[in-house]
Amino acid sequence: MEIRPIFSSLRRHRIPALLIVLEIALACAVLCNAVFMIGQRMANIHWPNGIDEAGISVITVNGTDAKLAASNIPRDLAALRGVAGVTAAAAVTSMPLDQSPALTGFTTTPDGKTTVNTSVYFMGRGGEQALGLHLLQGRFFNAEEYADSGLKDFQSTAHVALVTASDAKRLWPGKDALGKQLYANGKSWTVVGVVSDVLAMDPTTSGPGGRYSSVFYPSQPDGMMGNYVVRSAPQDRDRIVREAVQTISALNPGAVVEGKTYARMRSDYFANTSSMVWMLVLVCAVMLAVTVFGIVGLTSFWVGQRRRQIGIRRAVGATRGHILHYFQTENFLLSTGGVVVGMLLAFGINLYLMQHYAMTRMPWYYLPGGAVALWLIGQLAVLGPALRAAAVPPVVATRSV
Amino acid sequence: MFGYYLDLALRSLRRNKVLTGLMVLAIALGIGASMTTLTVLHVLSGNPIPGKSAQLYHVQIDPRDSFGYRPGMEPMDQVSWIDGMNLLHAQGAQQQALMTGGRVAIQPPRTTLDPFFEAARYTSAGFFPMFDVPFQYGRAWTAKDDQDRARLVVLSHVLNDKLFGGKNSVGKMLRLGGHDFLIIGVLGDWRPNPHFYDLNVQSYNEDEGVYMPLTTSQDAGFDHDGGTDCWGNGADGKDMTRNDHCAWLQFWVQLDTPAKATAYKQFLIRYSEEQKSLGRFQRPPNVRLRNVMQWLDYNQVVPSNVRLQTWLAFGLLLVCLVNTVGLMLAKFMRRQGELSVRRAMGASRRMLFTQLLVESGMVGLAGGIGGLLLALMGLWVVRHRPAEYASLAHLDPAMLLITFVLAIGASLLAGLLPAWRACHIAPASALKSQ
Repeated sequence: MEIRPIFSSLRRHRIPALLIVLEIALACAVLCNAVFMIGQRMANIHWPNGIDEAGISVITVNGTDAKLAASNIPRDLAALRGVAGVTAAAAVTSMPLDQSPALTGFTTTPDGKTTVNTSVYFMGRGGEQALGLHLLQGRFFNAEEYADSGLKDFQSTAHVALVTASDAKRLWPGKDALGKQLYANGKSWTVVGVVSDVLAMDPTTSGPGGRYSSVFYPSQPDGMMGNYVVRSAPQDRDRIVREAVQTISALNPGAVVEGKTYARMRSDYFANTSSMVWMLVLVCAVMLAVTVFGIVGLTSFWVGQRRRQIGIRRAVGATRGHILHYFQTENFLLSTGGVVVGMLLAFGINLYLMQHYAMTRMPWYYLPGGAVALWLIGQLAVLGPALRAAAVPPVVATRSV
Repeated sequence: MFGYYLDLALRSLRRNKVLTGLMVLAIALGIGASMTTLTVLHVLSGNPIPGKSAQLYHVQIDPRDSFGYRPGMEPMDQVSWIDGMNLLHAQGAQQQALMTGGRVAIQPPRTTLDPFFEAARYTSAGFFPMFDVPFQYGRAWTAKDDQDRARLVVLSHVLNDKLFGGKNSVGKMLRLGGHDFLIIGVLGDWRPNPHFYDLNVQSYNEDEGVYMPLTTSQDAGFDHDGGTDCWGNGADGKDMTRNDHCAWLQFWVQLDTPAKATAYKQFLIRYSEEQKSLGRFQRPPNVRLRNVMQWLDYNQVVPSNVRLQTWLAFGLLLVCLVNTVGLMLAKFMRRQGELSVRRAMGASRRMLFTQLLVESGMVGLAGGIGGLLLALMGLWVVRHRPAEYASLAHLDPAMLLITFVLAIGASLLAGLLPAWRACHIAPASALKSQ
């Protein structure tokens, strides 16, 4: 296909040609960034979590007398284990993704200066079964460790702790974490086990390093343990939450009792993220539709203007295919121009967002991806007008002269 | 003349319904999206206490030890119990209040209600006159009640509606966290957004139902809610809240003139120096005095998602606008014949230009109406999202006006280039080629 005539024709219609290039460039710039943001947020929503998310429900109790915790918590747990379908139950201070981070800065030496901020959890006996933690190395806590430990001013009085694999790597890079000492505020704990990565209490604000940083302590029943973790088969969860809330409310008159499945906790935590994803998807869809309509409108006008030329070309021997290809090639050239400008814009916007909105750099494959997408969209938009152009009969050339 | 142009515009728009529809749709989509996000941004970055925001200042001092000190770093956002009490009793400003947030369990007097948790504000008495808080029933407490640790509370009208069906509850008793409190007042409709005086809890739509003297809350052993920043050996041993090494209270002052603000800043510097000489502070005096809007700005209280969405919506508006330029160009250039006839009959270029812009303006008006409907729909969707600011997303008259100004302005802008091109054709050659 000869492209010289296309260029000379485009030169004569500079403004419409530039408008199409600009439309495609803007669409490309916004689309690449929006799709990139969608991808990032979708990845956040699906962060894996090293607990049995499908089987856990959480019952929160507030307003009980902290002094009676030593007798109330075992009584409540016994009642919860009595609910049909419950396979394990335990008391914990907080849960991953519960949005109110309790962090401690740990060091690896007694007088270390670089601290690693980590979510800390205190769990009662049976906590590892109830949460469904996966042990990678070492062991879980034993009965004496549970019985001899507690918490004072949110500091553990235990001598042992469990860390996640990410924290083990962060605190002791390249070394075995088992048996190492963790230090904070003048106290120390021995790492007895490493568990697979559990999400932090507020991972979206903790940065990539803190996403999976969690330390678990054993503890005897304590007033700070406001959450009961109940584990069951996934299909029983809704019924168990209902029954568990009734059971606990009956045992603790005057207390505020709330229950939800862990799946619900996760969707609550990511509610804002998922509504942002929907907004982005909507913007992309609207923008593509508008761009397609714009290209259809301009090309139709163009075809209308050149009916006579098309007729003449047909009369001197061009086939329908030739006319169709002419418009498709023209659109391809314009799209290419738009994609080149659009990519520059897209990376410019990405740089700006990196500075102001904690975005990461857009990977290189968005470049060919965006280019192919916009070429396809351009071809789709031009197809209708180009077919209409190809349908112009040669006889037009002889009419209305 | 304008009427004639309107008539021409209507005829022309009706002639090509698909093209007109596409233009109106493009403008409507762009305007709808940008007005939805702009309204949310406008609501979220509003002034929570207009008229007084420039006189109210948030106090920051730096009581930390020298560990991790860098010159030029920001002091702490909150103050410790000791510093807060010292500053409160110094009475250095016209009004001052020391406060923190909390959550209390309410055991309702009516047994039909289950016990529930309510957000609370523990504050010294200066809070109510300083923030001009309106009262529906009763009164606020006094500095003497603060001193006496009096067991009394003020309720929000929402909580009063819930507990007492909206009746005057002053003089009744309310059981909170196992203690009895005397209700002495019920607030009127007051809910500043953003929740400027304490951004550690929710920034928007924070609905505190219970207000009580700060000293009383400590006496009753209620836990505070919000951030606690400790330094040094802050977290070890003693009661965290009374600890010298933990900051967990907000201190606000009212200073009516800039001169008073400067003087108060000097006072804070002197206080820091004095504490340093006593050995309590280790860093050089580092104080900040930010008024309400500066404080909100410093804390970047508008969620970054919302700002990002606004950028995105304006990106969409730009795309829509460029497309409208293209469509208008197509539309106007198609009418070369008609325009040439009018030129040949004596219409000036300026007249043609005006006529075409009237036509663009009408597209903009139609697009504005469509955009308004879309924005109302968008805001309805925002209100049903789980975000904490969701219920605030309403269109106000100013934003309504901006919608139409933006829509018509955008379409006129989009019409400029096509109209200019269309009225610069040579009438003779255009007529000849017909």
